[in-house]
Amino acid sequence: MSAGGWAPRRTLSLVERNARIFRRSLTAVLASLVEPTMYLLSVGFGVGALVGRVAGVEVRYAAYVAPAILATAAMNAAFNQTSFAVFSRMRNERSYDAIVPTPLSVADIALGEVISAVFWGLFAAVGFVLVMALLGLIVSPGVLLAIPGALLVGFAFAAGGLAVTTYLRDWSDFQLIQLVMLPMFLFATTFYPVSVYPGWLRPLVELLPLYQSIQLLREPSLGVFNWGVLAAAGYLMLFGALALALATRRLTRQLLA
Amino acid sequence: MEETPIVVARGLTKIYRSRDGAPAFRAVDGIDFSFGRGEAFGFLGPNGAGKSSTMRMLAAISPASGGSLEVLGMDPALDGPRIRARIGVVPQDDCLDRELSVRENILVYGRYFGLRRDLIRERLGELLAFAQLEEKADAQVEVLSGGMRRRLTIARSLINRPEILLLDEPTTGLDPQARHILWDRLYRLKQDGVTLIITTHYMDEAEQLCDRLAVMDGGRIVAEGSPRALIEAHVTREVLELRFSVDAHAAVAERLRDRRLGERVELLPDRVVVYAHDGEAALAQVHAAQLSPITALVRRATLEDVFLKLTGRSLID
Repeated sequence: MSAGGWAPRRTLSLVERNARIFRRSLTAVLASLVEPTMYLLSVGFGVGALVGRVAGVEVRYAAYVAPAILATAAMNAAFNQTSFAVFSRMRNERSYDAIVPTPLSVADIALGEVISAVFWGLFAAVGFVLVMALLGLIVSPGVLLAIPGALLVGFAFAAGGLAVTTYLRDWSDFQLIQLVMLPMFLFATTFYPVSVYPGWLRPLVELLPLYQSIQLLREPSLGVFNWGVLAAAGYLMLFGALALALATRRLTRQLLA
Repeated sequence: MEETPIVVARGLTKIYRSRDGAPAFRAVDGIDFSFGRGEAFGFLGPNGAGKSSTMRMLAAISPASGGSLEVLGMDPALDGPRIRARIGVVPQDDCLDRELSVRENILVYGRYFGLRRDLIRERLGELLAFAQLEEKADAQVEVLSGGMRRRLTIARSLINRPEILLLDEPTTGLDPQARHILWDRLYRLKQDGVTLIITTHYMDEAEQLCDRLAVMDGGRIVAEGSPRALIEAHVTREVLELRFSVDAHAAVAERLRDRRLGERVELLPDRVVVYAHDGEAALAQVHAAQLSPITALVRRATLEDVFLKLTGRSLID
């Protein structure tokens, strides 16, 4: 049986459902800001006291890492929704058993979950920009571009999360996900520029979706603009589209057995 | 009732492909059936008989592996969303949105069917009344009892005014009172002309609710008909149940068989059952044979006797 086509109204009905649940868990949104804020305070200001100003962009270190942590905040918020939350709906709540028999197609369900997760990413991004403002880390109005940028970051990681979820066998598999996500967070140039790496390693780092997300958000946030941003946007768009196609294909096999 | 059937299946087959080298599993093995509009039809059978697979194919959420299936005049493989828009499904687990209120659960479900909000609100009152949940409208699902949740699941499935309602073991896990309330609700639906398709392994439920039953075993339909017709066709009018001391049952069953008592003598772990047209006469024969059971009970044959005969006792747990 095919995944069926997308129908905007059907897709949005799932987004509406998730929004209702989301409305009841605003504290969870605030909680999702705690971790990035702690990184910003400890690394941005703590380590930053040793670093001083960052050469090339001429801003203090906390202002340099803030947009990268912003990208990880959007990433985690979106990713958690399509991994933890969707897996829980599949295994514990069995929500899809009630949704599949309605006119919604699997394509509607997959896209609806991704759009919902993108909103989570967006809220986390807006919240974190406010934290940055409170801490005096806004150095350019270009930070406003980080908001649409966070939509793309959210899309790539929401779709990626959904694709990963279709491979999970059990809750313990989330440890494997952590084994990928944590090193990516640490090494995808969150805390230093890619020039730190030897030449042969750079292409590998540049393949990481978080690296591309940071590329998309950091420089515009610091008021620097170049065409590389478009390449990053294109990468994230393609990454998200491929992941969504894979997720839809696998979900179809799982939900319409 | 025998106008144009609302569902027709011919040689319907479901094969689950093998994974990790296990052989393919034939869950439904070429079955035929058809339902008329407004009929209540029950699929009866032990676990693994193929009931749920059949239901999933009927709901247009599982492709048939062979044979033909027509639901509301359409082919589920081609018209899935259009079929699903006109049927209701009550899954075995409630699958409600636990974080949301009773009202929101119905509202959200209506949106899946593309219904306008004001239309859903219009139907909401009537569905809450139907489910006897008016006072719980704003309660979170989390706090509802099992019976209330099940009624909410049914109410929710009615938001699109379905012509066919598929219920997978609707009263499993409910207490007797909650079951009777639920049966009453289902009767009302049937009266309103909704076609009910039910799977169950409760005989009383099948007898209460269904006009017609199909007994499934091993992916096949082994018998079909009204509850009364099934009893008449497959078992005797009466049944004599005899209890002896535990060790004696096998020997007693042997002796009764030698004496050709009744139509059939069945040995169970805890009793010997004699199928006879006249139970009292059979009991008199038992006494004449110098056997003195600890207890003896003559009763009318039920659907359970049919079920046990057709599907084999060893499968029941």
